[in-house]
Amino acid sequence: MIRELTCIVCPKGCQLKVELDGKKVVSVEGYTCKRGLAYAESECVAPMRTLTTTAPVEGGGVVPVKTNKPVPKELLFECMAEVNKARVPADAKLGEVVIENILGTGADVVTTRNVKI
Amino acid sequence: MFDIVIIGAGVVGGLVAETLAKYDKKVCILDKASDVAMGATRANSAIVHAGFDAKEGSLKAQLNVRGSVLMEDVCRRLGVKYQNNEALVVGFENERAEVEALYERGVKNGVQGLRVIEKDEMLALEPNLNPELACALLATTSSIVCPYELCLAAIGNAMDNGVELTLDFEVTSIEKADGKYIIKSADGRKVEATYVINSAGLYSDEIAKMTGDGDFTVNARRGEYMLLDKDCGTFTQRTIFHTPTKMGKGILISPTVDGNLLVGPTSVDIDDKEDNSTTAEGFATLFAKSAENVANLPFNKVITSFCGLRSTGSTGDFIIKERDGVITLGGIESPGLSSAPAIAEYVENILNGLGALGEKKASFKAERKPAHYFRELSMEEKNEIIKKDPAYGRIVCRCEGITEGEIVEALTTNPCARDLDGVKRRTRSGMGRCQGGFCSPTVVELIAKERNIPFESVTKFGKGSIINYGKTKGDN
Amino acid sequence: MAIKADLVIIGGGPAGMSAAVAAYDAGIRDIIILERDKSLGGILRQCIHNGFGLHRFKEELTGPEYAYRYEMQVREKNIPFKLNTMVLDITSDKVVTAMNSEDGLFQIEAKSIILAMGCRERSKGALNIAGYRPAGIFTAGTAQKFVNIDGYMPGREVVILGSGDIGLIMARRMTLEGAKVKAVCELMPYSGGLARNIEQCLNDFNIPLHLSHTVVEVHGKERVTGVTIAKVDERRKPIPETRQFIECDTLLLSVGLLPENELTKCADIALDRITGGAVVDQNRQTEIEGVFACGNVLHVHDLVDYVSEESEIAGKAAAEYILGNKKPATDINLVTDGKVRYTVPQKISAEENVTVYFRVADVYRDVAIVVRDGENVLINKKKQKVAPGEMEAITITAEMIKNLEGKTLSFSIEQKEGK
Repeated sequence: MIRELTCIVCPKGCQLKVELDGKKVVSVEGYTCKRGLAYAESECVAPMRTLTTTAPVEGGGVVPVKTNKPVPKELLFECMAEVNKARVPADAKLGEVVIENILGTGADVVTTRNVKI
Repeated sequence: MFDIVIIGAGVVGGLVAETLAKYDKKVCILDKASDVAMGATRANSAIVHAGFDAKEGSLKAQLNVRGSVLMEDVCRRLGVKYQNNEALVVGFENERAEVEALYERGVKNGVQGLRVIEKDEMLALEPNLNPELACALLATTSSIVCPYELCLAAIGNAMDNGVELTLDFEVTSIEKADGKYIIKSADGRKVEATYVINSAGLYSDEIAKMTGDGDFTVNARRGEYMLLDKDCGTFTQRTIFHTPTKMGKGILISPTVDGNLLVGPTSVDIDDKEDNSTTAEGFATLFAKSAENVANLPFNKVITSFCGLRSTGSTGDFIIKERDGVITLGGIESPGLSSAPAIAEYVENILNGLGALGEKKASFKAERKPAHYFRELSMEEKNEIIKKDPAYGRIVCRCEGITEGEIVEALTTNPCARDLDGVKRRTRSGMGRCQGGFCSPTVVELIAKERNIPFESVTKFGKGSIINYGKTKGDN
Repeated sequence: MAIKADLVIIGGGPAGMSAAVAAYDAGIRDIIILERDKSLGGILRQCIHNGFGLHRFKEELTGPEYAYRYEMQVREKNIPFKLNTMVLDITSDKVVTAMNSEDGLFQIEAKSIILAMGCRERSKGALNIAGYRPAGIFTAGTAQKFVNIDGYMPGREVVILGSGDIGLIMARRMTLEGAKVKAVCELMPYSGGLARNIEQCLNDFNIPLHLSHTVVEVHGKERVTGVTIAKVDERRKPIPETRQFIECDTLLLSVGLLPENELTKCADIALDRITGGAVVDQNRQTEIEGVFACGNVLHVHDLVDYVSEESEIAGKAAAEYILGNKKPATDINLVTDGKVRYTVPQKISAEENVTVYFRVADVYRDVAIVVRDGENVLINKKKQKVAPGEMEAITITAEMIKNLEGKTLSFSIEQKEGK
């Protein structure tokens, strides 16, 4: 089976053609960098996404956060629920870990700016 | 218990209230909307007509000409922008007779400063006019104001002089008992008064029915407008009309006192008095009709479009009458804005005739600080104010240059703004070319803070017009 | 009494900060950045998604992280900035009038000015959508600020008009926060956003993208209760038989960005009719000597990395100007064929290599980007696909143009031979 994908690794958005045998990747065409090749392989086997959202701050307000590495795509909404339950200290700095190893994915949720501006 | 209750907080009701505020009487204004100026006053052509249009001998003609004379001083006193920008009623060669007929009618109505001019002079005055046009009536007394600014200032000054304002009061019944009127609202509130003034605009016929007067009706006539960027504010200096039809004065092009260009209105009779929606047909009409008068109108500079509803009465004239202490002001369509100061004077005379007003009070303050005073100040004067209140140094609306101080003032000055559109009409914050894209979150925050309500309770224009559905997450 | 400064930078977003750092590195110390918001960072503060910095930093950053890298440099170098400060006027002799609550209204006489005010979103007014004017109609950027900065939900059931990147990003963002995004309508037969955003913002969440569709009517008197959408014909006119009602409480608009050049106009600086930004030379100098422009105020970029790159050019050139170093005359005009809509810069000199940025008018496949000096072809670069949503760049070397016949280089999109 041939699966066509748009690469999301960078803004170029290369059109990829992946030849699959069941869940096994046989060949990939259309990529222009190594990261694109890796994306094609992972997207067909176990698609991963970086989650960017906001987390609630203690005492009110929100602060932007992200997972510091991609998490399985199907866990995005469950991760959202976890992040929404967290409370970020009002003095947290950029890069501070809000949730370690979220849902056992190996990714930490970290702030992407200082809470106080 | 009030001496006088005014139903309808539009520009007519507002100027009546301000006139009555001179007397030592208890006066209250009621309106069903959550702000003043929400009916025809909110969206109309903003023209002070010279008075050549109405049929000679009609109440419209009489009050238009008188109102037009009074308007400049009313605006000066209330600190409202007024600009005597003149008007041209243009016509093609085959419409020359109509242009001349308008001139004749204007002279009979007592309008000063009218003249029929020929193409060359017309194009010299307004180079963007369609060169196919043949002649025009020049009306040198024609002027522009901002109708809701006038209404806000009039009601504000009335309130500062003791008049009360009750909003969200939709009148559902009026009964007379023991020599007084009992006015009830949809939500069960009740107000009592000796005299009732019905300035309910589109609903003046229904209010009249409640007072036992069912001999006229008022229908809604839709008028759609487009407002163009300030870049285009000098496209024409004068208000440009085409020779009128039976549906009204046609589609005009006019600068506004705030420096934009206004094109409209369409004119369509509709059944639903609440249907102020714009239509694709309406936009098409505006494009087509305005092209008859001017060449190359820059429609790519439209910053917003909107629709107003005119209150067209069944008699063709203003319907003003008094019966048993109820003064009905019905069918106040165009030239209602122009006539409003004269209608107020007319009502004052009726009430004086009934002996309802008594002596004027000495404490009446006639002069009002303009809502836009801060913008007119020099650098030094502004800095004096910023030193005392740093909020005047924080610009919230980039496009119109409106400061936090001015917005807080709008939220704390009679009649206080309560929602996003209310702030917009009072300060122009959100009225510029980005249409509130940048400033509305900050304005919502200021409204929440000043009114001490949650962020998500702030509305666009009251009732169900909620802006946000609550926090995305986190604690309250 | 006016203060004096070597360099006034208007805007503390990515463009202003990059320009400031570059000017500093080129030896200028008397710099002041004037920023209207309460912190540095500009629009990146609300762009909390990732995808920034792949070119610059070889890693994928979120908007706030990208901004913070520059903010740290500004702070480490002690480059002065004023926050909550709105510039109200600039004159052609470089007097800047600004206001804030500490200093009040004040003026700065600058030797050089860098315009870095960014862009704004096209508003609903220009669209002439029929219907009511209820609450619940927002530009995508306004909704983004409500959600990402203020932490409030501006809608629950959403239709998005326009498939620009902010619209696509907000489709995902609203979905993640629990809203139902029912459709994205795009007037054109192609999306104005990046392909990766269609994939990860729409396809990931099964949000339908309706190409060649527009919103023809808004319903609801108080809050939006729905929209009517319709397919459009080749002339972008709605086809009545295709009208379709979608129940929703929110309409988000992502229908284009416009450089914010009100101040540029104050100084009577000529603007390019297509970009909406100033006409500039390769140093990003406007027609007024010593006044430069960079970032989205000059032309709308799709990648902040390019904004930084461009702003460094402007910052460095401003420093040279202040230091009195003469730059070669920029007397070669770049012209376009319409398929190439515009170029930035619009004027170059023959003495330096210069990278020219441009956008195309439509989606073209299997074409060549051709640069000519009269009849003489200087560059013929083949492209599988070019699209309006993606900015192109092409480098012209001094070597190529040292012996030009004319003073004009033309940029065109042409079918490859044999096609």
